[in-house]
Amino acid sequence: MKPVQRAAWEERPTIAGRAAKGVSIAVIALLILFPLYTIALTSLSSAETVNRVGGLVVWPGDGITFEAYEQMFRNKVVLRSLAVSLGITAVGTFISVVVSILGAYSLSRPGSFGHKTVLFSVLLMFVIFPGLIPVYLWVSAIGLRDNYLSIILPMAVSAFNVVVLRAFFMSIPQELFDSARIDGAGEFRVLWQIVAPLSKAVIAVVTLFYAVAYWNNWFNAFLYLDDTAKWPLALVLRTYVVESAPLPQAAGLHNAPPTLAVKMAIVMIAIVPALIIYPFVQKHFKKGVIIGAVKG
Amino acid sequence: MTSPVAETGGGPAASRKAKRKPKAHWRARLRRDWPLLLMAAPMMLLVWGFWWIPSLGNVIAFQDYKPYTGGIFGSRLVGFTHFQVLFADPEFMRALINTLSITAFQLVFYFPVPIALALLLHSLASERLRSMLQSVVYLPYFFSWVLVIAIFQQMLGGAGLLSQVLRSNGFEGVDWMTDPDTFILLVTSQAIWKEAGFGAIIFLAALAAIDPNQYEAAAVDGAGRWRRLWHITLPGIRPVIVLLLILRLGDALNVGFEQFFLQRSAVGSQASEVFDTFVYYSGIRTGDFDYGAAAGLFKGVVGLVLILAANKAAHMLGERGVYSKS
Repeated sequence: MKPVQRAAWEERPTIAGRAAKGVSIAVIALLILFPLYTIALTSLSSAETVNRVGGLVVWPGDGITFEAYEQMFRNKVVLRSLAVSLGITAVGTFISVVVSILGAYSLSRPGSFGHKTVLFSVLLMFVIFPGLIPVYLWVSAIGLRDNYLSIILPMAVSAFNVVVLRAFFMSIPQELFDSARIDGAGEFRVLWQIVAPLSKAVIAVVTLFYAVAYWNNWFNAFLYLDDTAKWPLALVLRTYVVESAPLPQAAGLHNAPPTLAVKMAIVMIAIVPALIIYPFVQKHFKKGVIIGAVKG
Repeated sequence: MTSPVAETGGGPAASRKAKRKPKAHWRARLRRDWPLLLMAAPMMLLVWGFWWIPSLGNVIAFQDYKPYTGGIFGSRLVGFTHFQVLFADPEFMRALINTLSITAFQLVFYFPVPIALALLLHSLASERLRSMLQSVVYLPYFFSWVLVIAIFQQMLGGAGLLSQVLRSNGFEGVDWMTDPDTFILLVTSQAIWKEAGFGAIIFLAALAAIDPNQYEAAAVDGAGRWRRLWHITLPGIRPVIVLLLILRLGDALNVGFEQFFLQRSAVGSQASEVFDTFVYYSGIRTGDFDYGAAAGLFKGVVGLVLILAANKAAHMLGERGVYSKS
């Protein structure tokens, strides 16, 4: 490791201080990473190993096998729910990001026609909530039951994400807009050719937030999808792993009762997308894209 | 007019506003701004279609709502009957007490954690170590509650790793996932595990905004690291701490839904019933939509009052609060 730069006036850290810090860092990292490690290892272990150990596998001595994953993917319920989740996340995120960027851009122009109405419709979402039951009755009444749109549409606009985007758009220097308009660019061109390219970081963060929300959502599916064949992965995870209930149509398929390794494989499949996208977006957190909006 | 925090930034917004000349005739403005309206249209459609229009459905809280025969327009008005029943309902009271206990408990045991974590992260001189640790502590924020609870089950549940280790060493196993007595500890540890890391972001930003010259001047005057922490660092982040504390108080009735809903069957409703789960079980599960809507509406109204009061308190303390008059 490189020697650390320290300001001239700063005292050298004491040994006790360094030790305390080192221990707390190690404990924090371990508390978060160890469960993930042992779950990953168990999902990669054979059924015999899991049986012998009597639970989660901690020591990697017994070799690695993809048995549990093969078994999981042979289970049509899990496979289909994975496809459903991927589809909902892709379509939902696309809708949400496009709608939010357009809306936030329109909200970044105070004084325009109808600006106040639009602004208040969004900002009041922070303090006034329709409540679970009216939304439930409404979504059922307009015929969205058993339709994937019942998962997507109620959560398609997040006021928080719109406000984050808007705050960033408003920080773009006015001169850029003026010169574009002198060149005869309309609003859509300004948004597409000037604002969007400058806002890649914040758009990336908002996309991650939306994608994570869709990927993790199971409650809308639980409320509105009566047909269990349409279930997304998060709901399968809840039923199969958290509740330990048998899956609805699992009977008849050649699946043994859920072994711990298979359960852990499902947990891993639910975690992995976040793990893959996260590093690409994480660097933007530090740039403070979110803070700007939160602090107001 | 009040406008929420969200109504960010004085600078560019104000200058842009100033540039617009005195208001033109609405027709001229409409001709100029129709592309902006077109852009806002899909968002408005979704916001009104799935937020504000369903909000009107709260009238069923005052009706003897008959979903099939009457509907929202054909059901009889009954005034505040449901609310009277609600306040006499011991289960509602239990949900209220549980919610407030959990809020109070987490105010003491959860709230300081992100601050401490931010101080620790901020004090790390090595950029690389700090950014590695940041990556690790932010991560669980992106896991769903289903995942977090599945993970906790595997660690602390009856068949979890801890019990497994205890048993193989001749002790008795533990099952913290189904124990109502320790439930409040369990949900708080889950909240810390999932959210404390991400919650540190805002304090880190506040810490980074403190002028380093202050530290240097204090050090030159002979202030050690603890005195600098006490006299510079903490006062520097005080506004953010006060703001978030007030926000949390204004949000006292909200402890989250999924975390409790998912664990209700394991722990039992005695310990785990909170406002939102009560609304679900009394409304949707039993089909008493009007009654559940009354409970939800009560929560919404009290919650709104709390937020307004909290913001008022922030102004009185001289902080900026969540929104301000503009």
